[in-house]
Amino acid sequence: MNFKKIIDQLNLVGQCRKYGLPLWECPQFLFLIMGLIIIASIVSAYAIGTKYIEDPYTVSFIAIALTLVLLIMASIITNSFERLAEANRMKSEFVSVVSHQLRSPLSNLKWTLDLLMSERLTLKKDKQLEYLEILEENSKRMSDLISDLLITSRIEQGKFFIKKEKISLKTTVEQVLEEHKNALNPFNAKISFEAEKDLPNVNCDPSRIKMVISNLLDNARRYSRDNGKIEIRLKRGGRNIYFEIKDQGVGIPKEDQKLIFQRFFRSANALRHQTEGSGLGLYIAKSIIEKTGGRIGFQSQEGKGSTFWFSLPI
Amino acid sequence: MKKILFIEDESALHKALGEILKQEGYEMVSAFDGEAGLEMAEKEKPDFILLDLVLPKIHGFDVLKELKKNEETKDIPVIILTNLENMQDVEKSIKMGAKGYLVKSGYTLEEVVEKIKKIIEGK
Repeated sequence: MNFKKIIDQLNLVGQCRKYGLPLWECPQFLFLIMGLIIIASIVSAYAIGTKYIEDPYTVSFIAIALTLVLLIMASIITNSFERLAEANRMKSEFVSVVSHQLRSPLSNLKWTLDLLMSERLTLKKDKQLEYLEILEENSKRMSDLISDLLITSRIEQGKFFIKKEKISLKTTVEQVLEEHKNALNPFNAKISFEAEKDLPNVNCDPSRIKMVISNLLDNARRYSRDNGKIEIRLKRGGRNIYFEIKDQGVGIPKEDQKLIFQRFFRSANALRHQTEGSGLGLYIAKSIIEKTGGRIGFQSQEGKGSTFWFSLPI
Repeated sequence: MKKILFIEDESALHKALGEILKQEGYEMVSAFDGEAGLEMAEKEKPDFILLDLVLPKIHGFDVLKELKKNEETKDIPVIILTNLENMQDVEKSIKMGAKGYLVKSGYTLEEVVEKIKKIIEGK
């Protein structure tokens, strides 16, 4: 090991930054603290032990207290290692999910282009148009996935910013519904929208909030059941406006519910129902809502459906 | 006319492959998830099955297992046509009785059709 490597290892802040962890969750830093506590324990055990040599109860009480501190410290270190291992596992899973998710539209593009360029087929004008639409839809799928990845990376680096302006959430929902009029609706779900009268404006980033609503609507459609209902509601509650989207879809299994907002996470139930998806939409939605000063959550029952909601301050 | 069952959830691929296979003189029937794939394999009695792995409802490996278990479908040759590309999946598919393994994004439409033709003719 050369000198530079030793210096690098001593640079705890740099080491911890490499893992993208705060100092209190970084194993290197925690090891240093534990080492210092062990040294302090030995010195104080000696000092106290010699002072209270006549009182074995006090000495053993102090020894037990110190052991407890060390145990807690060791468990924090183990947890931080577990978190690192989990992050690593999720990254590998992410590479495999993303490469598959990129390859699917890529092979659609490739085969459709092959077909359009094939000299042995003469396609009629309406067929050609149909294939050009497939090309458009799949290039949009790829660009959406790439922009989700870029936003995720900005969120992780703390470089994701939002602007704020007063907007009507009702108008925003209507715009999203209009834009999604011709979007994919594999299970032919019926969408309804209801808003309380005279709702005040909210202070948020219109394009980002549109992204959240589109995302929740997209999920409701994808995980719906045949001819299911999707109900969207806007209402006022205290100093907040509540957005709610209720579906009658496949729902989220109980054991997966706490993981649903984690990046790259896709429930096994979701995968069974719909293979397309990167596991980034809800993670991004949560970041946007929280950055705007709001809250996001859901209630769900497997097999019955889910209700996702968010609230934004007026 | 030989019949090919294509089990795949991307409708664009059904359309593109269907056009070429029709021109080549084959009949293609489509299933968009694993469950429908198994039903159609039994009902349509195809001469050949093209099977994706990442499928809604039933995963491709489980579809393959069921196909090979069923007396009526066990002799139909199956080619895995997927975008998953790791040796474990390839080995597993062959071990489970698949005739071949193709990575969709790695081949042009013409190349895939050529490979299918070779396997069917060599049957």
